[in-house]
Amino acid sequence: MEIFEILLSASFWAAVLRIASPLILATMGELICERAGVLNLGIEGIMVFGAFAGWMAVYAGLGLWPGVLVAFAAGAMFGLVHATLTVPFGLSQHVVGLGITLLATSSAYYAYRLALPQVTSPPRITPFQPLNIPVLSDIPFLGPALFSQTALTYLAFASVAVVALVLFRTPLGLALRAAGENPSAVEAQGLSVTALRMGAVMVGSGLMAVGGAFLTMSAFDSFFFEMVNGRGWICIALVVFGAWMPGKALLGALLFAAFDALQIRMQQTPMGAHVPYQVFLMVPYVLSILALVLMSRRAEVPAALMVPYNRGER
Amino acid sequence: MRLEPVADPGLVRLIGLPALALAGMVGVASVLAMLAGANPFAVLGLIVQGAAGSKFAALETLNRATPLIFTGLAVAVAFRAKLWNIGAEAQLYAGALMTVLIGTQLGLPGTLALPLMAGAAILTGGLVLLGPVLLKVRLGVDEVVTTLLFNFIMLLFVSMLLEGPLKDPMGMGWPKSEALPRDARLPRIVDGLRLHWGFGLALISAVLVWVIQVRTTLGYEIRAVGQNPQAARFAGIPVGRVMVKTALLSGGLAAMAGFSEVAGLKGSLTLDLSPGFGYTGIVVAMLALLHPLGVVVSAIFVAGVFVGANSMSRAAEVPTYIADISVATALLFMVLAILLTRFRVVRG
Repeated sequence: MEIFEILLSASFWAAVLRIASPLILATMGELICERAGVLNLGIEGIMVFGAFAGWMAVYAGLGLWPGVLVAFAAGAMFGLVHATLTVPFGLSQHVVGLGITLLATSSAYYAYRLALPQVTSPPRITPFQPLNIPVLSDIPFLGPALFSQTALTYLAFASVAVVALVLFRTPLGLALRAAGENPSAVEAQGLSVTALRMGAVMVGSGLMAVGGAFLTMSAFDSFFFEMVNGRGWICIALVVFGAWMPGKALLGALLFAAFDALQIRMQQTPMGAHVPYQVFLMVPYVLSILALVLMSRRAEVPAALMVPYNRGER
Repeated sequence: MRLEPVADPGLVRLIGLPALALAGMVGVASVLAMLAGANPFAVLGLIVQGAAGSKFAALETLNRATPLIFTGLAVAVAFRAKLWNIGAEAQLYAGALMTVLIGTQLGLPGTLALPLMAGAAILTGGLVLLGPVLLKVRLGVDEVVTTLLFNFIMLLFVSMLLEGPLKDPMGMGWPKSEALPRDARLPRIVDGLRLHWGFGLALISAVLVWVIQVRTTLGYEIRAVGQNPQAARFAGIPVGRVMVKTALLSGGLAAMAGFSEVAGLKGSLTLDLSPGFGYTGIVVAMLALLHPLGVVVSAIFVAGVFVGANSMSRAAEVPTYIADISVATALLFMVLAILLTRFRVVRG
């Protein structure tokens, strides 16, 4: 059976981690926002802009890590716009989020066209190279599958640990979660719901942008239009699938990436040749909808998600 | 800062703030033009000229506005009921697909084919939205994400058909459907002028939606559900059923955009039929404050920005995406301006 051959190859599992990385980063970003009470539909556009900004910074001569920082900062900037409109002004998070997606996407495309007016094929950068972790990467099978990824993949996994630690083991995390559950209680503690939510949206948006930057700086080496291709929306589904828990969301992202990596490989099998390739490409989106349906009964939504907080109003 | 309701907003506030929002959009566009090294006044002039400077330009704008009126209405109807239909793009393609299927496969005479094409398109568009809405009503699955994801699924489905059973054998290998026969196309409103009846249908639809909203029980129920579903349910309004009806109406309207683009303008179905009309419909609806007649005005305005920017970028070295950015900023400025007509910002 081809399926077993695929599942038993180290390159398959390496691909799973690679495909999961941008999803993990952006999902953590969205999770932070939603835990603080703000649905961030700007995610798709912010990922596009992050993909462009990080890549452009490197193309313009910055190093790879400064490029990642540029992407993060650009994402945080769009986050600031989103947060200003949705938190203190309490505008519809749906409308503002979609507006941010349109704004960030078109800004990236505009800037790309301005910076590179006459290119036929997109220029390349030297992306992050696989980093073989000493000793671990020499383990047969597991080594090449798990321990010779690029630095950004390791960063993605680290981000899950950091988000989980901060959310559940620090006073800041407690305050953030409370801002998403019961904002008046946060205010009663003398903390500012506005500041907490705005901060969460900015940091979260920064992470989304780094997730986008993974595509241009690690998975590929150049920027294409429509390269994010709905990944942001999938991340929103992953947050729901993960029931707003970082660990479960990570699991969801890995599961999702495994299916995605599998469908890519199935396309090349004799069986796959009989099925139109579009069917395979639909799989990720269909899976995301299925995940939402499966979790719909069980998920515990943050109580104040999408509820604007206006101080002094009850 | 805190928001305080304004008891009696004066006319200056009600008109001045939205005007300021549009001025803000022009400001952003000017900065973008300067970033591109162009003279902002020249660029703005070229945009206006390209959108409305000649009969040809104005008709082009109205043609471009046609699908936007339909998708704008689709979004306006849905958002009124707080049904977040972000899937107008998928419903548009569903409508286009049915139009092409009936128009090219059945071999009916035009007088029979056109109404059948439109009817089938409306029905299919409604059904495409019905799925996510039933998931929302029955299982509480958020429709924002499901309708968004459906856009991608639908586009792949259309691509599959265009490369398979629906592929035009004379298409030189391009993924393109066969062309509709001459008599199965929407005629022009005035002979010799490049404006098809899709625009007329869009205007009629806007009036119909307006009548539904202000004169029928359904319109009342949609508003009630949108304002407060709990209260609506308590008042005996069948919330689930109203949602389903809203979905059929909204999806049908979006599908009409696909019908009118294929039968009125393009004549066949390709994968680039819609450059995001479904998403732009959200902007159109919001700029119109979800008012069906306002949708017509805002669709023409937004279409003008796109058509004008397109023609401008051929003359000046400014990328067309200036239109997309302008429209997105107009949306954000406008929702803020509308809020500030009702609330004032106070310190502390």
